[in-house]
Amino acid sequence: MSGRGAPGPRCGLLLALLLALGALPRVRGVEEQSGGASQGFQVVSFKWHHVKDPYIIALWILVASLAKIGDLKVGLLDFLLFGSLIAAVDPVAVLAVFEEVHVNEVLFIIVFGESLLNDAVTVVLYNVFESFVTLGGDKVTGVDCVKGIVSFFVVSLGGTLVGVVFAFLLSLVTRFTKHVRIIEPGFVFVISYLSYLTSEMLSLSAILAITFCGICCQKYVKANISEQSATTVRYTMKMLASGAETIIFMFLGISAVNPGIWKWNTAFVLLTLVFISVYRAIGVVLQTWVLNRYRMVQLEIIDQVVMSYGGLRGAVAFALVVLLDERKVKERNLFVSTTIIVVFFTVVFQGLTIKPLVQWLKVKRSQHREPKLNEKLHGRAFDHILSAIEDISGQIGHNYLRDKWSNFDRKFLSKILMRRSAQKSRDRILNVFHELNLKDAISYVAEGERRGSLAFIRSPSTDNMVNVDFSTPRPSTVEASVSYLLRENVSAVCLDMQSLEQRRRSIRDTEDMATHHTLQQYLYKPRQEYKHLYSRHELTPNEDEKQDKEIFHRTMRKRLESFKSAKLGINQNKKAAKLYKRERAQKRRNSSIPNGKLPMESPVHNFAIKEKDLELSDPEEAPDYGAEMGGGIEFLANVTQDTTATDSPSGDTGSDVPLTGRSSPPAAEKPPLPARSQWPHAPSPAPPAEGPPAEAPPAEAPPTAPPDREPGAGPERRGLPGAHARSAAARRVHSRRSFQRPRARRRPALLKLSSLPPSCHAPPHALEQEETPL
Amino acid sequence: MGSLGSHAARIPDADSIRRETGFSQASLLRLYHRFRALDRNKKGYLSRMDLQQIGALAVNPLGERIIDSFFPDGNLRLDFPGFVRVLAHFRPIDDEDPGIRDPKEPEPLNSRMNKLRFAFQLYDLDRDGKISRHEMLQVLRLMVGVQVTEEQLESIADRTVQEADEDGDGAVSFLEFTKVTMPSGLGSGCQESLGQMHMGKAVRRRWAEGEG
Repeated sequence: MSGRGAPGPRCGLLLALLLALGALPRVRGVEEQSGGASQGFQVVSFKWHHVKDPYIIALWILVASLAKIGDLKVGLLDFLLFGSLIAAVDPVAVLAVFEEVHVNEVLFIIVFGESLLNDAVTVVLYNVFESFVTLGGDKVTGVDCVKGIVSFFVVSLGGTLVGVVFAFLLSLVTRFTKHVRIIEPGFVFVISYLSYLTSEMLSLSAILAITFCGICCQKYVKANISEQSATTVRYTMKMLASGAETIIFMFLGISAVNPGIWKWNTAFVLLTLVFISVYRAIGVVLQTWVLNRYRMVQLEIIDQVVMSYGGLRGAVAFALVVLLDERKVKERNLFVSTTIIVVFFTVVFQGLTIKPLVQWLKVKRSQHREPKLNEKLHGRAFDHILSAIEDISGQIGHNYLRDKWSNFDRKFLSKILMRRSAQKSRDRILNVFHELNLKDAISYVAEGERRGSLAFIRSPSTDNMVNVDFSTPRPSTVEASVSYLLRENVSAVCLDMQSLEQRRRSIRDTEDMATHHTLQQYLYKPRQEYKHLYSRHELTPNEDEKQDKEIFHRTMRKRLESFKSAKLGINQNKKAAKLYKRERAQKRRNSSIPNGKLPMESPVHNFAIKEKDLELSDPEEAPDYGAEMGGGIEFLANVTQDTTATDSPSGDTGSDVPLTGRSSPPAAEKPPLPARSQWPHAPSPAPPAEGPPAEAPPAEAPPTAPPDREPGAGPERRGLPGAHARSAAARRVHSRRSFQRPRARRRPALLKLSSLPPSCHAPPHALEQEETPL
Repeated sequence: MGSLGSHAARIPDADSIRRETGFSQASLLRLYHRFRALDRNKKGYLSRMDLQQIGALAVNPLGERIIDSFFPDGNLRLDFPGFVRVLAHFRPIDDEDPGIRDPKEPEPLNSRMNKLRFAFQLYDLDRDGKISRHEMLQVLRLMVGVQVTEEQLESIADRTVQEADEDGDGAVSFLEFTKVTMPSGLGSGCQESLGQMHMGKAVRRRWAEGEG
């Protein structure tokens, strides 16, 4: 590529291109022939074939005159330098584009990770080539090349190390800020920026440092700092990020207008554009081929297309090129203008067209037949089945290493870096319910305010008639339920093309359409489809957490029921199930809440909050709970039925009493971990434990012992119309509020908790011990 | 991870399992490690609770049913052969040498029919060989969000059963099920999903079908 000699290689390339162009009409002609095209075209192709050569020569002369090749004062090293900085993919541009395209998370992580980590490569190469250029092309020796390679490793690993060190520092500092909460956000910003500056100072990779600082400290800092600090940090970072992006691209645009730096060279620009796309595609294909041999989930063509097309250049390249020194690199202006054009081209053209391209590709691969109801339903069911099987078989992720890491983390790191109280409530499930609490409370208040400020004045004594608005269930609207508001974001636009087509047909088919539409909108999505990790514009990417929550509640409820039924015996179960179903059906009919599922969410919260007690007290006390099947059953029976009917305090006291009256548990042990290890003993003491519950006499709270279930359900049913009058959120908030009380009675709570199915401990989202879909 | 090789000898009945399920030695080893990892208390078998501990299953609408399918006939313990047997349904279909297979041997566990039968059993809880409208309704209820009202669900269940039911008995038998999920025309969404219903390919197919 040396411009000093004859422009041989360039011309050769152009010639090849034009030959290809020349070949096209001929090929097209052949295809048309086989398709039975008219004679006319054959004649045309025949003609093309004959005039091909002069045509090519003419074109070549035309382009060559435009190209002005052979005029450049650049050498090989300069080109290498340019190549190193123009190849770098820009994380900002990638993020922006991928958020539009909604790729699955694996792809997103691959491309985004590449753009973050290639900073190391870019910086190293840039520095190496710049120093070579300074030395002069002839004086570069083999030793220098080796030094260059070594410096790559030093820079990248050093940057990472600096980041990790600062992450450690940050976590340690936030551990002690309990009484000075206000400086937490300050520390987060300052120390992260410090990591960046330090590595800059040491000429290491700064982006890697700050990236790894963020990655490593996230877990501990999030646990240590307060809610408000976390929100502050998140919001401020998003603000700064969007501000910085805007400024960068504005600067790019403004500097493009500066006539002093413009130097246009058609061939150079065109070739650069062509090469960056072509070589990127080649690189992606090669590396994917290598990677696919080790991957469970293969990366296929559409992924590769997205990866290669989504490699946008941006501010990094521009910044690096502007830093070039005119005296060392003679064609700096050429490089700058080419870079500007490349950046504009990739960002504007590729960024705008990637979304239609991806959609076109997807559509091409999807089916054109109109899927029937059955197929949709069963197809979705198969998806879920497959997800579940994959999770069970652990096909995704290497759990061995992750387990070891999480053990190490739990034993050593968390003890040093996390606040003591944060360590205890680390269980993810508690966090989920904690967030649920917050969200419900906020939305409850928001809805109350929406209806007028009187709407949510509450006093403990008037809980049953909380406010006029909530208590009159309107059969037509479902506004009474706050949770409905939470879900209002479901888009009303039906994008299901099939259902739109069917509109043309008869009424039965309009029903069909409605059914399809409903299914399309409301069928749960399987795991891999919906997890969008990151959003630039939203503070909390959330939509599908609702799905998680709903399913989780349902699952927990079912497990409780099956647990109850397993313990109480089949007869009881049938009666209870019938009653349960009847009361749910009644609730459904009466209440305006669709599916009537919401009232049942509270039992699960009960467990969560009480579990917190258990976890908190675990290291301090030595609880002697054994397999308290009997107490557990009653507790469950109480809780499930009580929280929907009566006030929770009475429910709690009711359930507390029978337990304190209980005799000592059989086979009391001191397991190291809460309840989990109790479970294996559960099946064996089941038969003896079934005796005690049947005899249990407590008659305090209405539906307590299983034999009392029927009369217990009676007053409960009568209590229902009043009970459901409260909105679901009100009930939830209220029932949770009252759980401060049981805290005082720790021991009975512990006894209760021992028999909770350990599945309650199982987090709905990926905990450290489980695989994440990566 | 060189030490893993020595563990092959520890898997009980490795050969018979391999013959029955068709897994390769490496896959079997991996599954064995997974079995051991799931078995938190080193009991030597899995109980329901062990499977319920997998967090991702709790947010899978069909999670409970799938766990139940591992414990047929009310068993409380799941040993390694049983574990592998169920997972064998989802092994990728071997396209090689279908002619060589001895016709007298039972169909391999991962054949199309067996996969469909597995899915059918998830729907058909009372094992009467048919999916009644009630069972369809239950499955629908599991898989659909809470916004859908009960009437809508019932009507969807009705139409689904009607679409599939050919002999008019109000329930979907296994044959009708196979016909509706694998129509003999060009490939349908179901057929693709079924044919590719093996581990490692799910992600790809969902990506292809779009985000709907």
